[in-house]
Amino acid sequence: MPEPQMVMFADEFHQIQGIVDSLVKSSNASVVFIIDKNGQLIAASGESDNIDTTSLASLTAGNIAATGGMAKLLREREFTTQFHEGENANIHIQLVDNRVILVVIFDKKTSLGLVRLRVKKACEQLGEIFRALAEKAQGLGQTPFAEITDDDIDNLFND
Amino acid sequence: MSFINYLSREINCKLVYYGPGLCGKTANLQYIYNKTNPGARGKMISLATETERTLFFDFLPLALGEIRGFKTRFHLYTVPGQVFYDASRKLILKGVDGVVFVADSQIARMEANLESMENLRTNLAEQGYSLDSIPFVIQYNKRDMPGIAPVEELRQMLNPNNVPDFEGVATNGSGVFDTLKAVAKLVLTELRKAGG
Repeated sequence: MPEPQMVMFADEFHQIQGIVDSLVKSSNASVVFIIDKNGQLIAASGESDNIDTTSLASLTAGNIAATGGMAKLLREREFTTQFHEGENANIHIQLVDNRVILVVIFDKKTSLGLVRLRVKKACEQLGEIFRALAEKAQGLGQTPFAEITDDDIDNLFND
Repeated sequence: MSFINYLSREINCKLVYYGPGLCGKTANLQYIYNKTNPGARGKMISLATETERTLFFDFLPLALGEIRGFKTRFHLYTVPGQVFYDASRKLILKGVDGVVFVADSQIARMEANLESMENLRTNLAEQGYSLDSIPFVIQYNKRDMPGIAPVEELRQMLNPNNVPDFEGVATNGSGVFDTLKAVAKLVLTELRKAGG
């Protein structure tokens, strides 16, 4: 398999959510979220109710993939940080450990410098958790889908 | 690669619609979007040029229901079909769980179909996947057009491994959900194998 299976458990999720929650506060950001490189949303914090996080996650992953493609052409390993400045909102995108993407959306209430500083610290903590998570997933063996039957799958499509 | 979340009891999978330019990949997603209950789908995103050609990808998140207490969510993507967008196509195949090849049935597009199929095989291999083992289905689209090749001929040319294939008219929805269901089933079956 080209990529390891991504899984999420309750313990790790709560640790991740804790980091994301505290990043929103310490950086004074509007929204912080974490997605995997394939565009699946993992955790979000802040004023995320008004945002279509599913769409934003997929577009961010596309953006990171495109930037990674550019890096490859320039023989760079990766461009790990991106910053988009708007009139009111700004987005800071950080690749963590080449596994997941940390997105911080902020406005004039804070500064890019503070966001970068806090993101750096959060990155170290997140990197550790996701490394441990990847190891745990590899040793998992069975997924809950090992026992599904053809009927289970067929039932999904009975409409 | 699918993402299993034990906390929210969700499984997320990525499906990619591939095929030559103007074969109807976006039309497939648009039909699915229009015919799905708004509660089961998210917003459809199209990164397209001013002339409505796909520039990077189309994206449609879809919830299919529950299996053994796990919600199944599928993220549908299309690639840009035009030959010169190859770098973008490669990126969209990253982490793919299942592929739909949308073929254009018109005789004039046979070469484009073959070229795109070969391109799919090469780009999948670059990501570490094999077209012979990944969940894969084919749709022979535009069956309502004049000047189309017989299905047998298309099958011979594009489907040597005899994967599930369907006739389609994406603009009126014919074959669209059959294609989607077939690839979703293969992806779920593959998950079972991976977990066994």
